[in-house]
Amino acid sequence: MTNFLPIDFLLTAGCAWLVIGLLGLVAPRNTQLISKMLFPLGALVGVGVGLVALDALGGPAQTAVLAIGLPDLPFHLRLDNLSAVFALLLGFVAAGISIYAAGYFRKGEGTAPGLMCLQYHFFLASMLMVLLADDAYAFMVAWESMALSSFFLVTTDHKHEEIRRAGYLYLLIAHIGAIGILLCFGVMTGGMGGGGGDYSFAGMRAQDLSPFWASAAFLLALAGFGAKAGLVPLHVWLPEAHPAAPSPVSAMMSGVMLKTAIYGLLRVSFDLLHSTLWWWGVVALVIGLATALFGVLYSTVQNDMKRLLAYSSIENIGLITVGIGLTLVFHAYRMEGLAALAMTAVLYHGLAHAGFKSLLFLCTGSVLHATRERSLGKLGGLIHRMPWVAWLALAGVIASAGLPPLSGFVSEWLLLQSFLFSPGLPHPWLNMVVPVAAALVVLVAALAGFAMVKFYGIIFLGQMREPALKDAHDAGPWEKAGLAWLALITLLLGVLPSTVILRIDAATRQLLGTGLADKLNENGWWMLAPISAERASYEPLIVLVTIAAMLLLVRWLVRHLYHGRVRRTTAWDCGYHFEGPRAQDTAEGFSQPIRRIFEPMFRMERHFPTARDVKPYYSVKVEDHFWHWCYLPVARAAGWVSTLIVTLQGGRIAVYLMYSFITLLLLLLVARP
Amino acid sequence: MISVSGFLGQLFAIALALVLAPLLSGWVGQCRAWFQSRSAPPLLLPYFMLQKLFNKDVVLAHNASSLFRAAPFLIFGCMVLACAIVPTLSTDLPFAPAADALALVGVFGLARIFISLAGMDVGTSFGTLGGRREMLVGFLAEPALLMVFFTLAMIAQSTSLATIVETLAHRDLVIYPSLAFAGIAFTFVSLAENARVPVDNPATHLELTMIHEAMILEYSGRHLALIEWAASLKLYAYSCLGLALFFPWGIAPGDNFLALVAAIPLLLLKLAIGGAFLAGIETVNAKMRIFRAPEFLGTAFMLAVLGLLVRLLLESRV
Repeated sequence: MTNFLPIDFLLTAGCAWLVIGLLGLVAPRNTQLISKMLFPLGALVGVGVGLVALDALGGPAQTAVLAIGLPDLPFHLRLDNLSAVFALLLGFVAAGISIYAAGYFRKGEGTAPGLMCLQYHFFLASMLMVLLADDAYAFMVAWESMALSSFFLVTTDHKHEEIRRAGYLYLLIAHIGAIGILLCFGVMTGGMGGGGGDYSFAGMRAQDLSPFWASAAFLLALAGFGAKAGLVPLHVWLPEAHPAAPSPVSAMMSGVMLKTAIYGLLRVSFDLLHSTLWWWGVVALVIGLATALFGVLYSTVQNDMKRLLAYSSIENIGLITVGIGLTLVFHAYRMEGLAALAMTAVLYHGLAHAGFKSLLFLCTGSVLHATRERSLGKLGGLIHRMPWVAWLALAGVIASAGLPPLSGFVSEWLLLQSFLFSPGLPHPWLNMVVPVAAALVVLVAALAGFAMVKFYGIIFLGQMREPALKDAHDAGPWEKAGLAWLALITLLLGVLPSTVILRIDAATRQLLGTGLADKLNENGWWMLAPISAERASYEPLIVLVTIAAMLLLVRWLVRHLYHGRVRRTTAWDCGYHFEGPRAQDTAEGFSQPIRRIFEPMFRMERHFPTARDVKPYYSVKVEDHFWHWCYLPVARAAGWVSTLIVTLQGGRIAVYLMYSFITLLLLLLVARP
Repeated sequence: MISVSGFLGQLFAIALALVLAPLLSGWVGQCRAWFQSRSAPPLLLPYFMLQKLFNKDVVLAHNASSLFRAAPFLIFGCMVLACAIVPTLSTDLPFAPAADALALVGVFGLARIFISLAGMDVGTSFGTLGGRREMLVGFLAEPALLMVFFTLAMIAQSTSLATIVETLAHRDLVIYPSLAFAGIAFTFVSLAENARVPVDNPATHLELTMIHEAMILEYSGRHLALIEWAASLKLYAYSCLGLALFFPWGIAPGDNFLALVAAIPLLLLKLAIGGAFLAGIETVNAKMRIFRAPEFLGTAFMLAVLGLLVRLLLESRV
């Protein structure tokens, strides 16, 4: 082997992650070795993966065959542009999270650090494998490894019952999803039409499925990958599993693992299936919108900071799915320019979300370490004690609220642009519905701002709601480095959109046959003008520089022309001086307008104080409608069926022998030659 | 690529915005007083206020954080950027490509987030109340505003404000019914976004009804001056935006110096009429309860969507 291809490097990186994980088992209780040596090494591998993927973008697809697996069923691997974009995401985000994790895991909490290290790096390697897999077998093996390793990571604190419950729910829905994906691959191997049965992706690409079976495969993929991504109504595991997991794991799951599901959906619907039907797009659009709206509304009313972020992840996945839906619609009508625009928005939002959501989850980890408190109602004022975390979290908050000049806005802008130029679809009612969908997307974005102000304002600003918060301390150097790395990604994705899009354009080009590169190259690197400069343009760097320059200039001018005097005193608050921290809005209070305006969307149990209460109190509990609509009935039905079965099981061995005997007789009758 | 005259024009537009914005606020206040048969405050009152506030010491609450101190400068920066993007005198703005209509909404959103966070920073009951209400108004108004921009963008086939204004100003005399809907919706949104009656009242510190004032209660000295100035810049930006979009006549198309000079008195005239109109609205309406605001802005949203649908259904051949 003379030349070492990127795919070989990625394989080596995957193996390196496995080795690092196994090394953790050598001294499972040696926290110092594991956190200060192995996790940083893992981060280094992550940077390597990111750089190699960056280099591989735009190059030809490379394949490899691994002679492991079952006899005669080798693993096929392939690194193409779509895989490379997601490997890029995985590598760079994992690097930040691993650096942070180096400072995060402490002695004597839950799973032994060595085991944790193994699970974590196994998780990373399996995600890389998912991206590289080029046949259904390798894909499913990697997919299941990913689900299992993340299940063990979620249940790190397995001594708490609710964490075990969250882990079980996660595993259950992950497997419902896996069944969907397996069936989808089954349909795509072409077994339905006789012949076929080639389980490699190349074989699936060569199949020419009838519209019915293609649609079946698409819907199965949407359900299967949707379960992993958190699409409504298969989202219920997300808000349970994310708070249960340690923060670096939540960050990894939300930032990267959800994106592997998006990768799978893109792979199936644009690469493996080629007869796109327009209504697929509408289905994805509607489900995506419902998910986004549902996620953002629930995120605004959460009182647990990690649950809030988990619902916000559901929202972002919804927005990505909206983009996929739009791409499918445009693709079906052969409007490839617009499809490329929407696809770019999808990929960009994937990258942006991976950066800012991991950043925010890691910030909650630091807050959790400093205060041992996850409930928003007991936090507050932490900007005074943890200025680093607070200011870095602000970057994540602005990006997550979809505001310029950070990363979240770029993808939202691209998505809205593709909505805006949708008229011209050769379908009258689609033409009308699509702009209204755009309005909902805007509503979601604006509500995300509300949720983020709540998240940031209640945790970091205001007065400390508990006296214990005075002892909070800022994050350590490793944690700061990890946060700063992710904040840097968020900033770069925000201000250099053209540069980034020119790199990831190869994936768009691979899936749709056309990209945005030609249009972008007409203008400077600082300008994002996907159609033409006259139609729409955005220069985030100018926005950033202008605001920053104005800030410094005005500050200097005011000091120079007037003075810089400051006096400190108690807060004014309309002259009322007797207010303690209890007078601030609580988390419940902050979201009261949302609960009131969108009342039918929530299932609420409220207790209002009356004038005669001796100990008046107010409480509100918001529950998920879907839990009561979809899950509890199924659980109840399952319980009912099992009580029926219990009647069969009397516990007497004679009866059981009789069952076997009857079964045998029946089988003999049926299977008679 | 960027012409010198364009650059000078841009600087002039920013300077004009900085100078005219407090004047516009003063003019609205004066008209309001006249309509309400009160004796009016001097027209230049906002300038005196700014001067006074800049001279005063900043009195900070003990637990005000660095974010609280940075926010006024950031908000001011956002508003100056917004004023630079909106075509006031000419459409030849070197800044215009930096942000189109969607990004402009984003810049306003950024300022809103910072002012809400600053309101929450000191941790008083009014501050958090104001921050929450501001975000409430924000998420109700933003979709409506973007729907207005969508309608206009479909007419002009562009989201760039300069292109939209140029298309609207130099079109043949075609009446777009969609523009009427969009215009009404835009008026509603502007009232809400600028903390005006009937959504908020800029002239009151009546505790339970305030939104904008509640957030900035703890500000003083130069911080308060910058926030007030930024608020008047926002009013100016919205007014100019409304005038440019719905009454675009007189805005100079390029770096035509004569047209630019002619545009100034026309702008002043339009702003004077617009300010009086705003004062009229504020006089004949009463401040509504905060939970009527969703209805008010919901109406704006419906009107904007209606405008969009009218555009799509009836005018798609135009």
